[in-house]
Amino acid sequence: MTDAPAIELRRISKAFGPVQANKDISLKVMPGTIHGIIGENGAGKSTLMSILYGFYKADSGEILVNGRETPIPDSQAAIKAGIGMVFQHFKLVENFSVLENVVLGAEEGAFLRPTLAKARRHLTELAREYEMNVDPDAKIEDLSVGHQQRVEILKALYREANILILDEPTGVLTPAEADHLFRILRGLKAEGKTIILITHKLREIMEITDTVSVMRRGEMTDTVRTADTSPQDLAERMVGRKVLLRVDKTPAQPGKTVLEVKGLRVTDSQGVERLKGIDLTVRAGEIVGIAGVAGNGQSELLDVLGGIRAATGEITLNGQPLSLSGPGSDARARRRAGITHVPEDRHRLGLILDFKAWENTGFGYQDLPKYCAGLMMDNRALREDTDAKMGRFDVRPHDPNLAAKSFSGGNQQKIVLAREIEADPDLLLIGQPTRGVDIGAIEFIHQRIVELRDAGKAILLVSVELDEIMSLSDRIAVMFDGRIMGERLPAETDETELGLLMAGMEGRAA
Amino acid sequence: MQKLPTWADVVLIPVINLALAFLVSGLVILYIGENPVHALEVMVNGAMGSTRGWGYTLFFATNFIFTGLAVAVAYHASLFNIGGEGQAALGGLGVALVCLAVDWPFWWLALPFAVIGGALFGAAWAAIPAWLNAKRGSHIVITTIMFNFIASALMVYLLVNILKAPGMAPESRGFPDGTNLPTAFDVLGLFGIPFNKFAPLNVAFLVALAACWGVWVLIWRTRLGYEIRAYGKSEPAAVYAGISPVRIIMVTMLISGGLAGLMGVNAVMGEAERLTLDSVQGAGFVGIAVALMGRNHPVGVFLAAVLFGALYQGGIELEFEIPAISREMILVIQALVILFTGALDGMVRTPLERLFVSLRRKGAA
Repeated sequence: MTDAPAIELRRISKAFGPVQANKDISLKVMPGTIHGIIGENGAGKSTLMSILYGFYKADSGEILVNGRETPIPDSQAAIKAGIGMVFQHFKLVENFSVLENVVLGAEEGAFLRPTLAKARRHLTELAREYEMNVDPDAKIEDLSVGHQQRVEILKALYREANILILDEPTGVLTPAEADHLFRILRGLKAEGKTIILITHKLREIMEITDTVSVMRRGEMTDTVRTADTSPQDLAERMVGRKVLLRVDKTPAQPGKTVLEVKGLRVTDSQGVERLKGIDLTVRAGEIVGIAGVAGNGQSELLDVLGGIRAATGEITLNGQPLSLSGPGSDARARRRAGITHVPEDRHRLGLILDFKAWENTGFGYQDLPKYCAGLMMDNRALREDTDAKMGRFDVRPHDPNLAAKSFSGGNQQKIVLAREIEADPDLLLIGQPTRGVDIGAIEFIHQRIVELRDAGKAILLVSVELDEIMSLSDRIAVMFDGRIMGERLPAETDETELGLLMAGMEGRAA
Repeated sequence: MQKLPTWADVVLIPVINLALAFLVSGLVILYIGENPVHALEVMVNGAMGSTRGWGYTLFFATNFIFTGLAVAVAYHASLFNIGGEGQAALGGLGVALVCLAVDWPFWWLALPFAVIGGALFGAAWAAIPAWLNAKRGSHIVITTIMFNFIASALMVYLLVNILKAPGMAPESRGFPDGTNLPTAFDVLGLFGIPFNKFAPLNVAFLVALAACWGVWVLIWRTRLGYEIRAYGKSEPAAVYAGISPVRIIMVTMLISGGLAGLMGVNAVMGEAERLTLDSVQGAGFVGIAVALMGRNHPVGVFLAAVLFGALYQGGIELEFEIPAISREMILVIQALVILFTGALDGMVRTPLERLFVSLRRKGAA
């Protein structure tokens, strides 16, 4: 029986209406291996894993666990079959402790106390075994993202999962945290556990997986041994054509100072100081990248500049002071002043998902004369403009009447980008430009950002992807704990130095 | 992806909900030993079998259109205004004050001022909860419902101490004749169409239709409507787009309260022709069910309002025709309709969604 695959999928198909999300997918994952699944957004990775975890029912095909046919109608059945899942967006109760979260749904009996006591012992063992130290009594909301993820893994292990599925696990981690996660995964593998890793990061696939499957348009196009492939090769298999992994750009020609920030401070509603005196300049024709682990004040910086959050300090745009609180400091005033904003979280801020694409084109610009006639919206002008923008930004499907939520992540981002870039800003704020965006679209988005820079605009880029910061920025500022730890030129630094700065340590002397 | 085709969402679900409500009502009627089929006959006939029936049905519907639109507009900004009852009562006061202030020579001169008075008072009553919500974060459901009680107490005070006409009843003096709105009998009579002389349906119905159209334009065609819908879908996104939450909450609630206040034009000016204590009679709450059933769309609100109007009128007939069916029993039937069309909507929706998804899958395969 040891030769039976831990997971075998036979001709799995799943359609949503006319969309064939998974088509005839067969896959074998051997026990004790790490298997990567890569593919662009909308390639069907998540659907496939949801079928495996019992969230969706396949239209046809069968699932075999350890060589035995195992129907998985719901997630309870998946857990029983020894499958555990760590979602991209954690499913934890924020104000419960680690221990409570781990036993949630696996309580035995009407009283919690015996379960908790047992779980505490078990949890300590697991934590020791796999180097996953977390305080069982800490509240989830007090934990770092990396620790929260460990809780998710512990939750699966507590339920005796032998097969662990991780969906884009490193999206929210620092390089160091990601390394630690990989050590944990290797430890699990050594214990004979099987791991399925869904990611779009080629580097991770190369670093940790034994075998890798490529998905494209609902089909599993290739399964290869990781040792036999290269990032370039995988990228081409994913997209189905040649892609540029590096950003093609000429040296910057910085002009006059566009944005000047002095002593910027922000205190949040809980009284915690999020920005502790930021000084920063961005000149015309340059891209300044802010590197840092999520949650170190980058979002607050973007929010203040974008007019979403009040602050104290001084900001000038083209020499004109901007007000930082009260009337005249809102997003409308910022747009009028010439700052446009591609927000980090396009679902929460940048788009109204239920609105149609053309309605989203006017979002934030609803009072521009070209979009309205008196008190009325000029819906026809909006539709026509959206149609043209969709053409220029290659948004697919090219249909202004489709709701924003019906587009893939990359195309949603293009809708936001088209709106904010074509508003002709002096300063473009752009947060996580390629989060959840497929490789083909990343290339396109990066090119547009560089084009805007070459047109003499100032760009402030915030990203947690170091690769992106390194390849796109003309100057890099690293943020840690609400401060700027230092500025570097991309040519004169490397990931190790930036990583140290991101962790709050002074970089080595250059 | 849409789970249900639009026609199923808009037509099929309400029809099934209604059928279920009538089925359960039928069982209740059967239980007290009456014939449900006969009862249904009496209701339908009473509500829609004569011009008199229609005259009452559409009169009630007019009230429900105003209160239903009030709930619907607020809903688009994700505000649950359940203060329609109080806002309509204050709207009635506004209408009454306009009617009593001047010895109006013609109804068509009085009507626009009454509309303004009703809307203004309704809006003012919604303004305080709106301000508390916008500035202090007080929950709009709690504050609007509490303002219903305050409104009710205020009306008692005013009608007992200030506005009371000589006599026993706590009501104002009758409005001058120049404020009497033409009824359907008067209007249709001009075209030679016969209509019941005593039915209360009046030109306020046309004001309600205009309000439906106005709300449609507001929500789907104006910049304000765009901002209201954006705010309703996501407050953080609205802030990102430079839309002020305080402004949207205030403006939306003022419009919502104003619409509820307009009910006074129909109930106070059109029918009672004096201000009484019970001018609203629960229409503010029925408006919630109407908006829910009408999917917060003016056309839906109109249709749902007519249905509830028919239910009210049919209920009164039923009570009259079949003595065994008491006033309370009518309330039970009305409550069942509200329950099935509103609160238990998901009971029908979820299985139906599954059905459609599986049908589509078969169709695709």
